Amino acid sequence: MKVVIGQGSCGIATGAKKTEAEFRKQIAEHNLDVCIDFTGCVGTCYLEPIVDVYDDNGKNFTRYIMVQPEKVEKIVTEHLAGGKPVEEYSITDEDKQFIDKQKRVVLRNCGLINPENIDEYLEVGGYEATKKVVKTMSPDDVIAEIKLSGLRGRGGAGFPTWFKWNAAKNNPGSEKYIVCNADEGDPGAFMDRSVLEGDPHAVIEGMIIGGYAMGATEGIIYCRAEYPLAIKRLENAMSQARERGYLGKDIFGSGFDFDLRIKAGAGAFVCGEETALIASLEGERGMPRLKPPFPAQKGFWQKPTNINNVETFANVPWIIVNGGKAFGSMGTEKSNGTKVFALAGKIKKGGLVEVPMGLPLKDVIFGIGGGIKQDKKFKAVQMGGPSGGCIPDKLIDTPVTYEDINKTGAIVGSGGMIVMDENTCMVDMARYFLDFTKKESCGKCNYCRVGTKRMLEILERITQGKGKDGDIELLEELAGKIKDGSMCGLGQTAPNPVLTTLKYFRNEYEDHIYNHKCTAKSCKALIHYFIKDTCVGCTACARKCPVDAISGEVKGQHVIDQDKCIKCGKCEETCRFASVVRE
Amino acid sequence: MSKKCCCGNEKTDQFKELAPTMEKYANTPGSLITILQKAQEIYGYLSIDVINYISDCTGIKPAKIYGVATFYAQFRLQPIGKNLIMLCQGTACHVNGSEQIEESVCEYLDIKDGETTPDGIFTLNNVACLGCCSLAPVMMVRSSAGDETYGNLTKEKVTKILDEIRARE
Repeated sequence: MKVVIGQGSCGIATGAKKTEAEFRKQIAEHNLDVCIDFTGCVGTCYLEPIVDVYDDNGKNFTRYIMVQPEKVEKIVTEHLAGGKPVEEYSITDEDKQFIDKQKRVVLRNCGLINPENIDEYLEVGGYEATKKVVKTMSPDDVIAEIKLSGLRGRGGAGFPTWFKWNAAKNNPGSEKYIVCNADEGDPGAFMDRSVLEGDPHAVIEGMIIGGYAMGATEGIIYCRAEYPLAIKRLENAMSQARERGYLGKDIFGSGFDFDLRIKAGAGAFVCGEETALIASLEGERGMPRLKPPFPAQKGFWQKPTNINNVETFANVPWIIVNGGKAFGSMGTEKSNGTKVFALAGKIKKGGLVEVPMGLPLKDVIFGIGGGIKQDKKFKAVQMGGPSGGCIPDKLIDTPVTYEDINKTGAIVGSGGMIVMDENTCMVDMARYFLDFTKKESCGKCNYCRVGTKRMLEILERITQGKGKDGDIELLEELAGKIKDGSMCGLGQTAPNPVLTTLKYFRNEYEDHIYNHKCTAKSCKALIHYFIKDTCVGCTACARKCPVDAISGEVKGQHVIDQDKCIKCGKCEETCRFASVVRE
Repeated sequence: MSKKCCCGNEKTDQFKELAPTMEKYANTPGSLITILQKAQEIYGYLSIDVINYISDCTGIKPAKIYGVATFYAQFRLQPIGKNLIMLCQGTACHVNGSEQIEESVCEYLDIKDGETTPDGIFTLNNVACLGCCSLAPVMMVRSSAGDETYGNLTKEKVTKILDEIRARE
């Protein structure tokens, strides 16, 4: 028997290490011959910590969910020692659907193999694709296969991968570089982290194959410093691959040399932009430059360079093994294959979802994600992070393809899906994203540097109830100018969250400005707390109030002094009779 | 490449922990960010002295090093407390109330974003996204014991965690 504990960042954050320690202790106490192993992110983050108990032939397993240390003893005594699975802690059929409804290509090994053990990767066919490529295929064959698959960049822009590889290949020069963009800067997206933590070898293989196709002998993985576990597992995977001869000189005896190194980013969203990323790799401030020349012509140290995203690379070995046609048959005509989405926000079942492109948003959010927390009303979903936009309730049947999502004003982006409910204020969301882009603007272009600041000031005053007539028009004017006057993608897309919320939720902006009302009851300056007549006079709220704004006799109706109230919301949290309301 | 860095310089002694890094990277173009990361890992922040030392070794002007250091969110020019609280302000955390969590932390420790408590135990930093979005709101606490991530935070939970850390120190 084998106990496998999910230890991606999410699992560890919910206490997987403590669970593991408890298993070790209990297994030792019971003197059992059970081995303990771990795996990466399973994807069902809302059920962490997850523990799989494999039977003796190592094929079938029972999945236990939310295994806090106190649940361990029962699992050990009844299942490991007694051979009888503990039904009450097992995953329910409904939760199983979360994974069963998906089509996993990129996440094919995530949560199933130990990411720090290359043998487990080899058992599931690892490095077969590399072997096939370097021994039997020419670089043109590889590019043709990727072209056939229709794979497009998964980092955001959706540019055909084969085209980039081909351009880098056709540019003359003996020294070329292939770069993996693992600087997952979109706040709210975590698919790259999970892939790197759960299946690092797949990304390495994708890079070897890409390097072979374009003629690069060196690859660089530019990874966020905020992902220490991903960096650790990548380093480990690289050294294992080197030991086996999959990286380094003369890979599989083919004469092809290729090696990789990791460069830790230092925290700058703009470094997701290709030319800024290259500047950062060279040790400079990560500021973009004009294109052309494109990185495929002049990139890292002025040499032809190709940059792809983590998820793009993770698709490559699967395509080589299963054929471009198999990949292309999934999805729609122009958006092929599958895409991983990071489902988060006000969603019941948050986690990683990989589905064929073209599935309606509704199927992802409600079919797989289980709908909205506390069954509140779905309002919108933010796609593409700070560069994307929100897609409202009425467009929930939109198929998830590059083209259809673009039509709504949002973008597929790297695949972050933040679900918002009726209590999320759309003006505040726009303010949040502008605050982000303002901070992350590199400062090179005036319109982006100053324009985002001005837009943020306007949005701030609207959410504070100080909005003025003409503010909406001013926002629109600024948005257009920032789009036109910025050189890189950051500035060109920064106004998108404002434009899409204005397009679909203009009434909320107007409510804030003209009626001094926040529809979602979220903006502090525009809400008031009241105590209803259902108040029993328990005095709990009055005792909690930090500014003594609540008065009333014991067992009598309490009242909030609106002049004193600082709207901290403590009374609402404290009241056990739901008598304190927001308006 | 036998160009030695800072030979006979008294600073070499002062920064001897950084010397191996310098040996490896000082003459490799494009390594400034890596050097700064190592220096911050060792000293906790980038002091003017460290910046000058790096400049001496690499030949890069201090102004340029300062420019790079201030461009990236990771680098700090001030010392930090024993525990660095990295409070996630990603979109999922924002939607799930990270602002209220920040308020409670600020109120409880009586510091603002970027500041350190007078006893030197805590430094608070808002960060963009820790990538644990399904556990929002999230924070990571970095100390000599390593990184610990805490998810599904509530006002009560966060103050309890801070109490536990304070008791440990």
